Amino acid sequence: MKMKFTALVAAAMMAAAPALADLVVPNLSYRTGPYAPGGVPYADGFQDYFTLLNERDGGIGGEKIVVPECETAYNTEKGVECYEATKGTGALAYNPLSTGITYQLIPKVTADGSSLYTPGYGRTSAANGKVFSNVFNYPANYWTAASVAVNYLLSENGGDLKGKKIALVYHNSAYGKEPIRTLEELSKKHGFELVQLPVEHPGQEQKSQWLQIRREKPDNVIMYGWGVMNAVAIQEAANIKYPMDQFIGIWWSGAEHDVLPAGDGANGYKSLTMHGTGMDYPVYADLKKYVADAGKGAGAGDQVGTVLYSRGMYAAMVIAEALRNAQAIAGTSAVNAAQVRDGFETLEITEARMAEIGLPDFGQAFKSTCEDHGGPGMARIQQWDATAKKWNLISGWIEPDMDVIQPLIMEDSEAFAAENNIEPRCN
Amino acid sequence: MFYREAGDYKTSYPEDSQTFPIKFDRIRYYAVLAVAFGIIPFFINDYWANAVFVPFLIYAIAAIGLNILVGYCGQVSLGTGGFMAVGAYAVYKLMTAFPEVSILIHVLLAGGITAGVGVIFGLPSLRIKGFYLAVATLAAQFFLVWLFNKVPWFYNYSASGQISAPERDILGVIITGPNTTAAAKYLFCALILLALAWLARNLTRGSVGRKWMAIRDMDIAAEIIGVNPLTAKLSAFAISSFFIGVAGALFFAVYLGAAEVGESFGIQKSFLILFMVIIGGLGSIFGSLAGAAFLVLLPVFLKNVLVGMLGWPTDLAAHIELLIIGGLIIVFLIAEPHGIAQLWRLAKEKLRLWPFPH
Repeated sequence: MKMKFTALVAAAMMAAAPALADLVVPNLSYRTGPYAPGGVPYADGFQDYFTLLNERDGGIGGEKIVVPECETAYNTEKGVECYEATKGTGALAYNPLSTGITYQLIPKVTADGSSLYTPGYGRTSAANGKVFSNVFNYPANYWTAASVAVNYLLSENGGDLKGKKIALVYHNSAYGKEPIRTLEELSKKHGFELVQLPVEHPGQEQKSQWLQIRREKPDNVIMYGWGVMNAVAIQEAANIKYPMDQFIGIWWSGAEHDVLPAGDGANGYKSLTMHGTGMDYPVYADLKKYVADAGKGAGAGDQVGTVLYSRGMYAAMVIAEALRNAQAIAGTSAVNAAQVRDGFETLEITEARMAEIGLPDFGQAFKSTCEDHGGPGMARIQQWDATAKKWNLISGWIEPDMDVIQPLIMEDSEAFAAENNIEPRCN
Repeated sequence: MFYREAGDYKTSYPEDSQTFPIKFDRIRYYAVLAVAFGIIPFFINDYWANAVFVPFLIYAIAAIGLNILVGYCGQVSLGTGGFMAVGAYAVYKLMTAFPEVSILIHVLLAGGITAGVGVIFGLPSLRIKGFYLAVATLAAQFFLVWLFNKVPWFYNYSASGQISAPERDILGVIITGPNTTAAAKYLFCALILLALAWLARNLTRGSVGRKWMAIRDMDIAAEIIGVNPLTAKLSAFAISSFFIGVAGALFFAVYLGAAEVGESFGIQKSFLILFMVIIGGLGSIFGSLAGAAFLVLLPVFLKNVLVGMLGWPTDLAAHIELLIIGGLIIVFLIAEPHGIAQLWRLAKEKLRLWPFPH
């Protein structure tokens, strides 16, 4: 039994190992479990963009990109297994789409020299490149999202939130707890009252939280939810007739499958977004021609153009640009993990470059430096139109309040540095 | 033929009461130890350590701990995940408060703290039994998870409530943190498992274990023959929680490196370890190891076969994996309700007679 097991695993690992010259970007995805509704479109978008580069351009700089997929089910133990299984294959960058797995991988990728790219999730204080050398979370993160939501509410209320009551409905995990500190600081600064309502994993049971909202009547509700929790919360809000346009979700609580179950009740629900959605981008013509019509699409192919598909594609686009940047700096197309890390650190995405890729006005322009791995942190507000079944952008790019966030990032990252004896870089 | 008591002469009392009375078993035991400590550490790589051996060893410690309570003392517990969390948070607080102390001492202290918590939650066992006790320990599970979520002191006021294990060593050999070698991780867990399994085996053979089993088989009769239910039950809770606390400490510090209480130590963990004990065999140290191996190694094995070798899509493979493991659990429990350990016992009985069945 043991011998057979050894032989089988050895064979499996050899079968999974790609040729050495390829660029390997593992896709730690989750297509099963309670968070699969979010994991599937993201993984599809991520895979499809790299397939497009391989089919249309022959990879990046002539090097094929290999994207081995590994199922984590949003579970940290399986995440470890996936990381160990893929790191021996020359993996260059990881994007696990899970804050819990991100926390585990931060020390591991730093020791192994590969990069961790966590757009809009993960550990917010990783924006401080002085402490977190191998982690990148531009263009925006959990704390900037909280601040953008408050800034949006400020603009809605004529710049004054004094005496208002804002409830935070959050997933009771590392992810959901991230914005609390920021919101507490902001509530002190702007004088609103913050009500915290945690929801336990996986989030199907929220009666008591919404009962409390009905009793306390907050002026606004901000939600940090994921998976089935989003749809349940929106349904419950509709049930208690909470005004939907006073209800704002973070970008992880703003996909089609979150609002569709509530039907017309979800009309007017708002969420943040850090990129555009929908099919009105030139890149989709190429995706259709080279990927979907060629029968090479990932998954069932029914997710194209959805919010989370777009986000998976956005993450893949940034990683691809970082690989390209790394090739330019290193002067070789067969880049290694250390060179890719440098590619991430000096990455600049301009509006012109995004238009060139076929995604004009899709995301914000940003530039990474040695100190700043976090980007500008802007976001837009989108609103759900239940009759047209469509998200509409209703604001321009809103800036976060970095005066509040930057000291918090410094404090948290310095605590991590002290705990782990990390010498600050970039001096 | 070669597996029998006959011809193996015992000339002293210690020899007569040894754990493995049959020579073949003794040789096998030393052979396993030789492979585990003499061969595997030299060939182990990060994948084998982090995906296969370290989780197996840690779950085995937890399963032995729970088996002491459920299998030997008959007190059903659903609080295992919560007690593992106590071990994990205790070792985290100790590691960050006293960085210069050896991690081995921290792990053992974390076990000790968990033992104390276990005794407190074991107190209801003096009044209630069976399903009612299971519900009381379930309360412990939810209370402990809530506590570690609610009180920021336990996670050093970090923004997200995650705890991360910093780098710590024993005599210069790094045991926790990302720079740990695969062999160091493996050996650390394997040595602790060996020591604790040895301890558990000898406790359960001695007077303490006999008292536990007396309580398990009939508590009133046990009381009449002079077993004190207070000390017997509470000692079972304490020792079981010590094992589980050590397992939780290792689970967080050595295996995961970062943990969050709801996700890593939730109710699923309590059930998983209870299933290990039931499938492996109640009241058997070997059964704990076999149950842990079954539920830890089989999913990894199936995943490597289905995805790595057959090239199936990852989501299909993940669903089939659940089907296969669920099916196997049913088959096992129908074929042998007393678990893998009973199959092993039957095999040994047959082997004693072989090749002459009558």
